[in-house]
Amino acid sequence: MNTKINFAGIEMKNPVTVASGTFGYGREFSDFFDLSKLGGIITKGTSLKPRSGNKPPRVCETASGMLNSIGLQNPGVEYFAQNDLPFLRKFDTAVIVNACGSSIDEYVELCKVLNTLDIDGVELNLSCPNVKAGCMAFGNTYEGVKEVTSQVRKVLDKPLIVKLTPNVTNIAEIAKAVEDAGADGVSLINTLLGMKIDIHKRKPVLANNTGGLSGPAIKPVAVRMVYQVAQAVNIPIIGMGGIVNGEDAIEFMLAGAKAVSIGAGNFIKPTTSIETISQIEDYMKKYNIQDINEIIGKVEMN
Amino acid sequence: MPVNIKAKLISKEQLKPDIFKYSVKADEITSVAKPGQFIEIRVNNDIEPFLRRPISIYNMKKEEGILEFIFQVKGKGTKILSERREGEEIDIVGPLGYGPFKISNYQNIAVIGGGIGVFPLYELSKNAKKENKNVNIYLGFRNKDLVVLEEEFKGVSDKLVITTDDGSYAEKGFAIDFMKKDIEEKKVDCIFACGPLPMLKAVREYAIENNIPCQISLEEKMACGLGVCLGCAVKTTKSSKENPEYWHVCKAGPVFQAKDVEI
Repeated sequence: MNTKINFAGIEMKNPVTVASGTFGYGREFSDFFDLSKLGGIITKGTSLKPRSGNKPPRVCETASGMLNSIGLQNPGVEYFAQNDLPFLRKFDTAVIVNACGSSIDEYVELCKVLNTLDIDGVELNLSCPNVKAGCMAFGNTYEGVKEVTSQVRKVLDKPLIVKLTPNVTNIAEIAKAVEDAGADGVSLINTLLGMKIDIHKRKPVLANNTGGLSGPAIKPVAVRMVYQVAQAVNIPIIGMGGIVNGEDAIEFMLAGAKAVSIGAGNFIKPTTSIETISQIEDYMKKYNIQDINEIIGKVEMN
Repeated sequence: MPVNIKAKLISKEQLKPDIFKYSVKADEITSVAKPGQFIEIRVNNDIEPFLRRPISIYNMKKEEGILEFIFQVKGKGTKILSERREGEEIDIVGPLGYGPFKISNYQNIAVIGGGIGVFPLYELSKNAKKENKNVNIYLGFRNKDLVVLEEEFKGVSDKLVITTDDGSYAEKGFAIDFMKKDIEEKKVDCIFACGPLPMLKAVREYAIENNIPCQISLEEKMACGLGVCLGCAVKTTKSSKENPEYWHVCKAGPVFQAKDVEI
């Protein structure tokens, strides 16, 4: 039985990765399981300079999910390279750095640095809904996505994956911009912009008023978008949005994702990601699937 | 190092109509947990409610591997938790929080708590007494009906003052005022506090003004409890308007030096 995949040149022992912002830089989860079991780790969103993040409250629970407005708090790429990357490299798993910036120049400068590091790929974060400048501002138009992706492509030799926001009218068009600009893959979906109001205080619960919705609540939207993007582009897809078990992961793969990411699912159980791997294997056994690559995009539409 | 275990609910006690004390068998946690640390509980095996509930450790019987926690039913998650039965297994991650109460350097301590914030102060006080420290405890409640654990705290203190805001039980007034009066007569080496925000603010301000070391246990809305989501942010006093600096309750805390954080 083969669970290995090659994602845009990145060899992974299985299709299960962990999503940016839900796994830190791996250290905390290494208390619970051997990180080498994962197909890959996508790091916390990392910027050129440290970022302090947004005012609390930054998170709240919603129906079958949660809202967050962290604001990309991170120690900066230099700190990451010195302190976190050597730790991550102790494990036999792909390391993909989620890169975020506030301007095209910043994305380019950051990716120049990332290009020199011992990492397997870069996930360009053009889709964080929680910071004022950059990110989603680039991520929600064809031109914006194409421009920043093209500029980064010029300085980055490593596999380039672009993470897409679902907060657009036509996600397939945005994915096409990524492909046209020379990226090697896409990941989707980032969180859906949402809001929760405390009816007693008559104020939004999050200090930033709005935040990104994640968890099983968004899964059907994510599956639909992965399917649409798979129809529109030829580059591979990392599918994510509410995956908490192997069945969820298979759903994304049938829709067209080559790899998947566990996001908020990491919060409810530290071992969600590795349990997902064995549940995928159970599904393969049940349906006598020899190679996981056989099921990618194999949904039969009505 | 935290673990994820299924802990058997050994006994369940209803302290108040909406407050429950659970004792679970959790050797893997009690063998390493320190006063002030907390656990995260998944109240059922479903995706609704989605997140774990952070709950402080009330008491540990280390030899027996028994961990006790007390919680108030506040919403859907704690309601489900309150309906769990003896003999069932509860999904717990813990111990969490890399910043527990630090008591070893202090001989005369004041412990102050309010409302449901008093629970983590029991394990702290019990340990302090075991180390032969002088422990004065001040616990404030809104009224008579809300007073809990009086006997238990009496057993781990040299002096216990209970206050109610409306005077319906014990001393009338705020716990902090009784603590201040005592400190004016006899200095303490450190104040330990957990409770509602207005109380913590007042205690913090008093401790800083009077140059008394003070450790406060904080709460903030939390998702992972592990230090990865960075949700439970607390602003540090090193922050400036342009450059805010945040630590996290589940990572640097839940107990902080009062002078280090803005609340």
